[in-house]
Amino acid sequence: MSEFTLRLRRYDPQSGEPPYWESHTIELEPHRSVLEGILQARGRFDGSIGIRCSCRSAICGSCGVRINGQPGLACHTHLDEALERSSDGMISVEPMGNMPVIRDLIVDMDAVHWKKIQAVTPWLLAREPVPEREYLVDREAMVDVTQSMACIQCGACVSDCLAMEVDPDFIGPAALAKSYRFVGDPRDSEHTERLTALSEDPHGLYTCTHCFKCVDACPKGVNPMGQIMRLRRIAGSDHHIEDRNNGYRHEHAFVDNVRRNGLLHEADLLPDSYGGKFNPRAVPELIASMPVALRGLLRGKITLRKALTHPHKASKELRAIFERIESKPERYELNLYVSGTDEDNEPNEPAPAEAIA
Amino acid sequence: MPEHDVLIIGAGLAGQRAALAAAREGVSVGIISKVHPVRSHSVAAAGGINAAISVADDWRSHAYDTVKGSDFLGDQDAIEVMCSEAPGEVMHLEHIGVTFHRNDAGELDLRAFGGASMNRTAYVADITGQAILHVLYEQLMKHSSSVERFEEWFVTSLIIDDDGGCAGVIARDIRTGRMETFAAKNVILASGGAGQCFKPTTNALICTADGITQAYRAGAPLMDMEMIQYHPTTLAENGFLITEGARGEGAHLLNSEGERFMSKMAPNKMELASRDVVSRAEQIEINEGRGVGPDGRGIYLDITVVPRKRTLEALREIVNIGKDFAGVDITREPIVIQPGQHYIMGGVKTDKDGRTPIAGLYAAGEVACVSVHGGNRLGANSLLDTLIFGRRAGEHAAARARSLAMPSVSEAQLRRDAEMIEQIIARPRAGRRISEIKEELGTTMNQHVAVFRDEQGLTAAREVVVRLKEEAATAYVDDRGTVFNQDVLGAIELGYMLDAAETMVVAALERKESRGAQFRTDFPERNDAEWLKHININCGEDGEPKVSYSPVTITQWQPEERKY
Ligand SMILES: Cc1cc2nc3c(=O)[nH]c(=O)nc-3n(C[C@H](O)[C@H](O)[C@H](O)COP(=O)(O)OP(=O)(O)OC[C@H]3O[C@@H](n4cnc5c(N)ncnc54)[C@H](O)[C@@H]3O)c2cc1C
Ligand code: SF4
Ligand code: SF4
Ligand code: FES
Repeated sequence: MSEFTLRLRRYDPQSGEPPYWESHTIELEPHRSVLEGILQARGRFDGSIGIRCSCRSAICGSCGVRINGQPGLACHTHLDEALERSSDGMISVEPMGNMPVIRDLIVDMDAVHWKKIQAVTPWLLAREPVPEREYLVDREAMVDVTQSMACIQCGACVSDCLAMEVDPDFIGPAALAKSYRFVGDPRDSEHTERLTALSEDPHGLYTCTHCFKCVDACPKGVNPMGQIMRLRRIAGSDHHIEDRNNGYRHEHAFVDNVRRNGLLHEADLLPDSYGGKFNPRAVPELIASMPVALRGLLRGKITLRKALTHPHKASKELRAIFERIESKPERYELNLYVSGTDEDNEPNEPAPAEAIA
Repeated sequence: MPEHDVLIIGAGLAGQRAALAAAREGVSVGIISKVHPVRSHSVAAAGGINAAISVADDWRSHAYDTVKGSDFLGDQDAIEVMCSEAPGEVMHLEHIGVTFHRNDAGELDLRAFGGASMNRTAYVADITGQAILHVLYEQLMKHSSSVERFEEWFVTSLIIDDDGGCAGVIARDIRTGRMETFAAKNVILASGGAGQCFKPTTNALICTADGITQAYRAGAPLMDMEMIQYHPTTLAENGFLITEGARGEGAHLLNSEGERFMSKMAPNKMELASRDVVSRAEQIEINEGRGVGPDGRGIYLDITVVPRKRTLEALREIVNIGKDFAGVDITREPIVIQPGQHYIMGGVKTDKDGRTPIAGLYAAGEVACVSVHGGNRLGANSLLDTLIFGRRAGEHAAARARSLAMPSVSEAQLRRDAEMIEQIIARPRAGRRISEIKEELGTTMNQHVAVFRDEQGLTAAREVVVRLKEEAATAYVDDRGTVFNQDVLGAIELGYMLDAAETMVVAALERKESRGAQFRTDFPERNDAEWLKHININCGEDGEPKVSYSPVTITQWQPEERKY
């Protein structure tokens, strides 16, 4: 048993008082969860501490909170781990961000999270005709969508999504991961329609800024940002959706730019995204970006020589990588459930009895 | 006052399935849940769902395995319904979007499970319950115009009208504390199990016997309450479940001598015998000093014999549970487990359409006892039970609603429940804390109403429960507010658990034989001559449990000795 000090963010909407911090000292083994710590405080000292919880084992998605500023599940964070991340020797627990607080650690998920889920047509639009038995589909395809199916709708990714902080209308990581669950599902009949809606939405697929926050936050390895990147790839490369947010062309310009230069040549990226320097559509965008470019020049972050010429060229190795990938008939996506090596397919040697006894 | 043709209490698999089935019939439907539907305990179901869908299989074989698993206490007419309708139900789930694992031909893959004579468990990795629950919730969102959802509302009691029929419920909006009377032509209880009466348990914190006790207090009989399943593979410290899917994939159980001790009790099925058999075998090893772990109270579950790639793909969740909650990489070393409380076979007595003896009151899922599980539930039969009987209850209630007028209900009961809550809040800080009483209940039940039982232990448990009931009446709460007052709900739940626990103990004392999950060391044999019958418990006028019996329905399979 060790002692831990929990600093809990409390808020009672009926009191008229602003939120405040309250500390409790609890006793538990270090590998027990922060949730167990909070429940001990609730059971022993103050039954009014508000937190949603049910399963205690990271499957029901109730107990999303911020621990020492990091979003995650209270039941999925060990006390000792939480303490390591603390700067003041206390474990601070506060409600998730980007959602209004109802009371103590309880936020209004309906107002934000579920509203966004509802917006992506979150049900299968099944291919016709419906077969008598099961749809025959690829084994890998089902394992693949299982990664997004594993989302427990806890909201941890929504809590700290940078794009959502700036644009509260951004559809967000969880809802986009949910979309992938249908776009990746061969039984769904409206992939193109779904992708078009997400691509055309000014708060949709292309609003994500690749900040990785949702990847770190997710307790279930759903990798929402990864799902977003896959949606973009499928929208652009497979369905050729040229959206008005210019996401598709930007993505292509990005890849071509790297293929040509071996690394990202930023000065070309913007005009390329709009069809090249001489494309009339690129002109207003170029003018709009002039102040940024000028500031870069003035501060020495870019030089004129670098901006106008292409000193760097793609190496042979890099070109080989592109060729190799692009010549593959099938595309394999990295996936949590599709993992392990072929040796892993061999049965393990049974452990000798004396070793375990 | 909200009015519905069919009002469903609980939004786990049974409740959501009932709601969708009733809505399909075109009647007005409401569904109430004390947690957001996807937080319901069904989300934790890991291993899978049984159905004889393989062309080589036959539902009769599934039915026979279920009857045998139940130790011949299951009602065979209900079991025939469940098993014959199972393939259609699983196909329905597949069609609405459940991402079932496939074989190389693209068909549903089937894994082995305990007590089954062939592979017939369909699954989604080891998140089967979650996948099905989330897909049903997708359907509820799709049909939101025909199913009204009341999420985070807590039902406090059932309304019984002067004719003795159920006419609605009283519920409290957890977010605001507002109480409301819900009138309904039919109420379907789908409010889940009672695992929190035990500590440790695999069940979630919300499994507090609410529906069981609400029905009991309203006059409905409870059946098979002595049949409490101890799952063979749970973590000692916190009760977390390691799915039977692990043994289905080939994992071994080993004692301190490294011996696969199941060979002694189930030479054919080994680790995949029925759960009651495996839990008992483990407990014997532990009691006879061949246990493992720090205090010798555990058994090794060795998953390393399963190919690592397969484990990572199909048992992902328990790889995580091992890593996060026990610090063990299950793909590389064995993990220490023990039998732990998992499921209650008993519940509110119903017929094949989910009807209870109270007109207008239905029950389905873990809260109900049809009884398809009898003395022992087979793994992966519970999800099936929730879906089949949830659907049937929904359909039957919808049909019944057509010929009925909306009952008129007064606000009297609402006032009574509101007062009850005010009284709890006003209690002086003199008695015991809710959490203490709950803890004592859990450890007592786990000590005396577990794998092995006897008269002495059960009598002691009964005395404790009766005393705790008195203490609970004065236990105090800290929270005096109305917004998300979880404290006061905890006090109400404690009352539900104590009543339910009392019926379990009374039934276990009553059954003087050993069958299924009930093993009496003072009556170690099964005794068909006297005890091939269900024990029913009603709440008497004086509030005391009253025992009666009902026959077991036998159709094709006569009781025989059970061997695995
Ligand atoms: C860890 C674990 C793994 C399992 N794995 C499997 C498996 O692989 N296969 C299998 O077949 N079975 C499995 N089971 C068993 C199975 O999951 C459950 O028996 C089943 O899900 C119960 O479903 P249900 O719909 O009856 O109730 P639940 O899912 O428990 O739902 C109960 C609902 O009632 C609501 N409720 C309760 N009280 C109130 C109230 N007072 N007011 C309002 N609403 C209320 C709750 O909010 C909830 O929505 C497992 C169980 C556990 C614990
Ligand atoms: S990567 Fe994108 S979706 Fe994820 S948190 Fe950052 S901005 Fe949000
Ligand atoms: S993607 Fe991960 S973090 Fe986001 S809601 Fe789902 S489980 Fe939670
Ligand atoms: S309590 Fe269920 S996810 Fe934490």
